[in-house]
Amino acid sequence: MHDAGKVIPGIIAFVLFVTLPFWSNFGKAAPKPQPEIPKEYKKCVESRDFMRREHMKLLRKWRFDVVRNNMRIYINSEGQPINMSLQNECMRCHSSKKKFCDVCHNYVSAHPYCWNCHIPPEERKGWATKEVKSLTEEASSKQPASHH
Amino acid sequence: MVIDTRVCQKHAPCEDCIHACHHIHNVPQIPYKKHEIKWIWKDEFEHAFPDTAHEYANEVLKGREFLLLCNHCEHPPCVRVCPTQATFKREDGIVMMDMHRCIGCRFCMAACPYGSRSFNWRDPRPFIKDPNPEYPTRMKGVVEKCTFCTERLAQGKLPACAEACKYGAIVVGDLADPHSEINKILREHFTLRRKVHLGTGPSVFYII
Repeated sequence: MHDAGKVIPGIIAFVLFVTLPFWSNFGKAAPKPQPEIPKEYKKCVESRDFMRREHMKLLRKWRFDVVRNNMRIYINSEGQPINMSLQNECMRCHSSKKKFCDVCHNYVSAHPYCWNCHIPPEERKGWATKEVKSLTEEASSKQPASHH
Repeated sequence: MVIDTRVCQKHAPCEDCIHACHHIHNVPQIPYKKHEIKWIWKDEFEHAFPDTAHEYANEVLKGREFLLLCNHCEHPPCVRVCPTQATFKREDGIVMMDMHRCIGCRFCMAACPYGSRSFNWRDPRPFIKDPNPEYPTRMKGVVEKCTFCTERLAQGKLPACAEACKYGAIVVGDLADPHSEINKILREHFTLRRKVHLGTGPSVFYII
């Protein structure tokens, strides 16, 4: 090989550089997410293992049943009826989105869009912070942006 | 639904139904007309019934304001055009929206001959003064409309507008049941529906 003396150290330097993030974090694990579980309630809709693994599927089923099939009561594996509602039922016990949902979702970089519309417990008091007049002026001065 | 417009005229400018509906469903109050969101609103006769109105119309009708909302059509054109089935007709006849599926294409707005649908050009949340924490808001980029209070019907309550009306101008009932109160009212009064000739089969009736 021509110029092996330059090429091989070059390749080694390149590989080291590309894998730099791995080396810089080597041996340091990010702390395990610790979502805050409500103390005053012992039981969730289903078992803890099930909820950890399947809560997204459960919520998806709930939203389908409620909105499209007009079925609002979920019967859990113990035979108890539960009102299918993220905003009113889940968050009744899990009283903080930041300390519960966000903890794991941020850890795994999952960004479900539930809270674009559903009101998290932290924001129940509202958002009307700016004066409506300034918002209106701002709105009329801007061409509406395309969506999605 | 039957709306007795005589009662509305007598108690003008009462807007209890509009306020109740818009409060319960977190409908934003956006003063900029082009971004306005409305589920139930008022308009004059010639706008509500353009095919019936004419320049010699009687003075009473000219001054009267009509409550307008989604007609929950029997053959809803919005449902036909929705590419994601976000808008669909329930078995009981209510034209319902699944906001999770709406992609904001606005075909339904083009299809609806009643202007019952509003598009969220911007995040509605800053315009909701006093939100109802039990009902969601909408987000930028989706279409919304009256859902006939499906969430209240499921709890055995009347739609918010009907409940809010102190004068009983709004009556809600089952058109399919010949013995229902609403059918009795329809048999006893002369009523109009909006733009019937389009064949959508609107389910909101107006006592004139």
